[in-house]
Amino acid sequence: MNNSMIIGQYVPGNSLIHRLDPRTKITIIFFFVFIVFFANNLVSYTILTVFALSSMFISRVPIRFILKGLTPVWFLIVFTFILHLFVTKEGTVFFDLYLFQFYTGGLIQGIAISMRFFLLILMTSMLTLTTTPIEITDAIEDMLHPLKKVKFPVHELALMMSISLRFIPTLMQETDKISKAQASRGVDFRTGPIKERAKAVVPLLVPLFVSAFKRAEELAMAMEARGYQGGEGRTKLRELKIEKRDILVYLLFACAIAGLFLTRNY
Amino acid sequence: MDITFKNVTYIYQRNTPFAHKAIEDLSFHIPSGSFVAIIGHTGSGKSTLIQHLNGMVIPSEGEVTVGDFHLTQGKKPESMKELRSKVGVVFQYPEHQLFEETVGKDIAFGPENFGVPEDEIKRRIQEIIPAVGLPEELLERSPFDLSGGQMRRVAIAGVLAVKPDVLVLDEPTAGLDPRGQKDIMDMFYNLHKEQGLTTVLVTHSMEDAVKYADHVIIMNKGTKYMEGKPEEVFIQKDALNKVQLDVPEMVQFLNLFEAKFGKPIPFERQSIKEIAQSIQGIVKGAAPHE
Repeated sequence: MNNSMIIGQYVPGNSLIHRLDPRTKITIIFFFVFIVFFANNLVSYTILTVFALSSMFISRVPIRFILKGLTPVWFLIVFTFILHLFVTKEGTVFFDLYLFQFYTGGLIQGIAISMRFFLLILMTSMLTLTTTPIEITDAIEDMLHPLKKVKFPVHELALMMSISLRFIPTLMQETDKISKAQASRGVDFRTGPIKERAKAVVPLLVPLFVSAFKRAEELAMAMEARGYQGGEGRTKLRELKIEKRDILVYLLFACAIAGLFLTRNY
Repeated sequence: MDITFKNVTYIYQRNTPFAHKAIEDLSFHIPSGSFVAIIGHTGSGKSTLIQHLNGMVIPSEGEVTVGDFHLTQGKKPESMKELRSKVGVVFQYPEHQLFEETVGKDIAFGPENFGVPEDEIKRRIQEIIPAVGLPEELLERSPFDLSGGQMRRVAIAGVLAVKPDVLVLDEPTAGLDPRGQKDIMDMFYNLHKEQGLTTVLVTHSMEDAVKYADHVIIMNKGTKYMEGKPEEVFIQKDALNKVQLDVPEMVQFLNLFEAKFGKPIPFERQSIKEIAQSIQGIVKGAAPHE
């Protein structure tokens, strides 16, 4: 299986970040994503970076693992950096290479924008790394609760989300299994011309779809057999509760935001 | 083809927090032409073990040798495809691998990939269809219209059509009705005998192991727990119970017989008929005046 895919993968643990209420984590990350775009000088970037890195260290998720998980996006980060370096023509020339002049403005822009990317991806992957999919859907259901007033099917949406999240590992396993079975029958997924490789996907996709539909049907049947009716009057196994540590983290985040707005350039 | 495992260790998701040792320091040798049963409780590393046999996984440490192919970390054999054409694997629930429009096309898929000429494939299909117990008119039907048992047979036919030298079976009869189980196992056994295959059978069924295998490997928690001839391994009740396995019913019966009648009948993989004859001999001997 693809080992560098960590988006959506949960690493069990018992750190402060793991134990935070999922609603706290979602709220903070939601605002963090906006706030990142307000940083525009060294100090404000430092504040955000410190915030993100310290949450990473507190979570005790192995750093090597996080970095490895970022491999698919490294390319994007580096590409953005190089693009800015070549295209932006502000500030003074600091390096002259025959056809290209590199400007300080471009360098700074490049670093700033790649930093933004890095922070965004780091924080969002922190959410999925330290929160089980069930906690996330519970939190989303809870946070969308007000929408029930306008007849929005909040519970059904949350259920759909948790079912799809639940079946990602199952489908990955299934994919792994079927691709091994077909590879044993001589399919080559890795080498050969693109056209051949595209054709090799058919023996993988057809059985995968067949089993996914079968699984969905069985699940629906099992739910109906047990009298599942939806959200009305249903109690929860895990009640979400805001604790002192959540308030503490909110306060810290508020401080970071305040610091950012005090130090950024206008 | 000879199969040799030398100090093989396999670790899933190495270098991540999810790293998990499925097999540890496993060594054994399977001579060409033998029928080996690999038995173990769920999670004992059986399925990982057999994935080494056709290079689906490469050992993290140690070396696997299948015929002339050597598999070690960082050094893949150049002709993986050739290895896979020589080692046929029937995975658990192989019917999940069916995808073609017709049964015939699906059976032909494997041999086509390995470059078998078309008329030869046709000839093989004609030969295999009756062997796996399928009616010929199914060839033009969609595999998804068939019953579970028929789908299983089609999938097995698809593996056999490649004509492998080594046949690896991962619980090939799981979920079939008793009659179907017996038919399919008998078919594998006949193929094994007729074509001189080397067969590796992963199973939970002690009865199948007794009936078909000439060598048994018991796995426990990723290591080899016991190994030997079935008649030697299967009488060690205490050792087997320790790893949540039971002796075959035949052995249980012989033990109980000895406890009740005080006459031991040694376990030599006899058939039911042979045991009945031994019992008859003992009973008659005990009551000569009857």
